[in-house]
Amino acid sequence: MNEIPRARQLRVVACHGCGLVCEDTLDESGNARCPRCGAALRRRRPDSVARAWALLIAALILYIPANALPVMYTRLFGRGGESTIMSGVIEFWRSGSYEIALVIFIASIAVPCAKFLTIGLLLTSARRRSVRAMRERARLYRLIELFGYWSMLDVAVVAIVSALVRFQALSDIEPRIGILFFGVVVILTMLSAMSFDPRLTWDGDDE
Amino acid sequence: MKTFSDLIVCEHCDSVYRRRPLAAGEAAQCGRCAAILYRARRYDVDHWLALTLAAAITFVIANVCPIIRIGFQGMRNDATLWDSASALAQGPITIIAAPFALSIIVLPCAQIGLLAWVLVYARAGRRAPGFAPAMRALAALRPWSMVEVCLLGILVAVVKLSHFLQVAPGAGFWAMAGLMVLITLIANRDVHRLWELTEPRPPLGAEE
Repeated sequence: MNEIPRARQLRVVACHGCGLVCEDTLDESGNARCPRCGAALRRRRPDSVARAWALLIAALILYIPANALPVMYTRLFGRGGESTIMSGVIEFWRSGSYEIALVIFIASIAVPCAKFLTIGLLLTSARRRSVRAMRERARLYRLIELFGYWSMLDVAVVAIVSALVRFQALSDIEPRIGILFFGVVVILTMLSAMSFDPRLTWDGDDE
Repeated sequence: MKTFSDLIVCEHCDSVYRRRPLAAGEAAQCGRCAAILYRARRYDVDHWLALTLAAAITFVIANVCPIIRIGFQGMRNDATLWDSASALAQGPITIIAAPFALSIIVLPCAQIGLLAWVLVYARAGRRAPGFAPAMRALAALRPWSMVEVCLLGILVAVVKLSHFLQVAPGAGFWAMAGLMVLITLIANRDVHRLWELTEPRPPLGAEE
């Protein structure tokens, strides 16, 4: 279907560490090392699909407490209250800061959800060795690599405001347990995306 | 084992190509999956090292100077990056300080240090002691270094607090903005070009 040769057809393998193209001797020897950087040569990331699924499911489970539990406690002029990620977004929207509400909504809610769906889709279609929309799936993978880490935004915001607003008697902002769950969710989805081997998307094309 | 320094394999789809010299500003794109294979070099080792030193200086400023100052009924307060990290560490959930401090202070610092180390040797055309682990670390750290996320975080914090406090960005904020640009210039995906730049014998048909 496509005339550009793939590494397996030419019996070469690219080092994951430094990119050097080496002769593929993995069939005979089982384990070979890159002569330039010493990393183990592999055709695909090890246990890519299983690891990506495991990390993704763990992230999904923790995403529930991350949204349900408060991420921040705010006490201003005597009025105190806890807020979750969603209630923070709504508060920004009500106070007229539409841009900020949108930024936080995208970073904390839209991006993580899009990531769950995308990684899930990539994993299922790679397992089925689907040949549909391979270019688009490859592009999706690069998109989540590019934008995935922006979800850390909320963690940074909570850190900065709670460092600043510390006027003991009058006002105080403190982080709450939800932000920990949320931080872990972001880390797990990043690890899941890294475990997924984008080459699998194209492996259905081999036959 | 045979190696082929004139070939490049797309790391997203395993397509194999022969390397070709590129004109300035050009990038080689994979014909199968449209990923960028490699770019024309934008600067040589000297420029690279100079940018790395500039990043080191901005990093120090970003860490020493306050990133935000606030005023509230005659009281003033300011916070540096370290204050933000320690506020998290002293709060009810100590452990959340770790990813924050790592992704905004420790990892950018490690990136700058490792790059300076390999680049100083690369200027002499040599591979620094510990070159391979340093390169592996640079590749592994890149996705976790989040200066730009912190910068946006500061902006959101400014807007959030400006409803009821006087808020002004401090010198550390502008240093963070500079650092964001410099880190993207020096520690991007093209870092592994250093493997080719420090090759004992220049490979045939490499991008130079």
